[in-house]
Amino acid sequence: MRSCRNISALVSQGMDKKLSLRERFAVRMHLMMCTRCRNFQTQSRFIRKAARRYVDALQSRLDNKS
Amino acid sequence: MTASLLLTEQTLAAQRPVLFRYALLQLRDSALADDAVQETLLAAWQSAAGFEGKAGLRTWLIGILKHKIADHWRRSAREAVAPDVDRTDDGEAEEDDYFISSGHWNGGPKAWADPEAALKQQEFWAIYEVCQNNLPPKMANVFMLRELVGLDADEVCREAELSEANYWVIMHRARLRLRECLEIRWFNNTLQDKRHA
Repeated sequence: MRSCRNISALVSQGMDKKLSLRERFAVRMHLMMCTRCRNFQTQSRFIRKAARRYVDALQSRLDNKS
Repeated sequence: MTASLLLTEQTLAAQRPVLFRYALLQLRDSALADDAVQETLLAAWQSAAGFEGKAGLRTWLIGILKHKIADHWRRSAREAVAPDVDRTDDGEAEEDDYFISSGHWNGGPKAWADPEAALKQQEFWAIYEVCQNNLPPKMANVFMLRELVGLDADEVCREAELSEANYWVIMHRARLRLRECLEIRWFNNTLQDKRHA
């Protein structure tokens, strides 16, 4: 049984590279039972989206300034 | 010489958005960023033979861009204000208290009410910025190269001189920290009536 620390680390890695089949399976099994790790995944994805919006907004704010 | 054949204007132009975002984060001025990118692409095009194709086109271009940005800081004699994120190492040795010793969450991520709605609110972006700025400098740099500039993980590793293992640890922590900060400062508050601080 992998821990939440371990699974959330894999969830994080999975956002930046393709996990191995074994890892993906472990993550999927764990997420079925664990709300917090599931929240972590959703929130990490949300943060990615927010980061992109942030840089877009920064860009247009600076564009307007100049 | 085959490498230089690959460096058409289109190939270079395709790298423009990433280079621009990189320059923008450093220079914080879109006109300056645009100039720096323009000069970079020109320099790259002129010295296409210098590209060996080993490290990847983007890495090579970012190397040139860094020089252009450094030139800018030198010219404007504002080096004191130039962001210097590479030096500090705090945050790496930090013991994480996100998990208890068994590896279970210590507290841990709660469900967030309507994150999509947050994206539309200006107050949220102020909080987001605070949370992002609260990351330790090196962690912030890695996070930004990945999520704001849009480099791949291996490019970030080269850029920030990190081992792959180190990269995974830093990004994991950055996400843990950011989500905790957003939860405390935004999503917890929105459950009650939000007061303006």
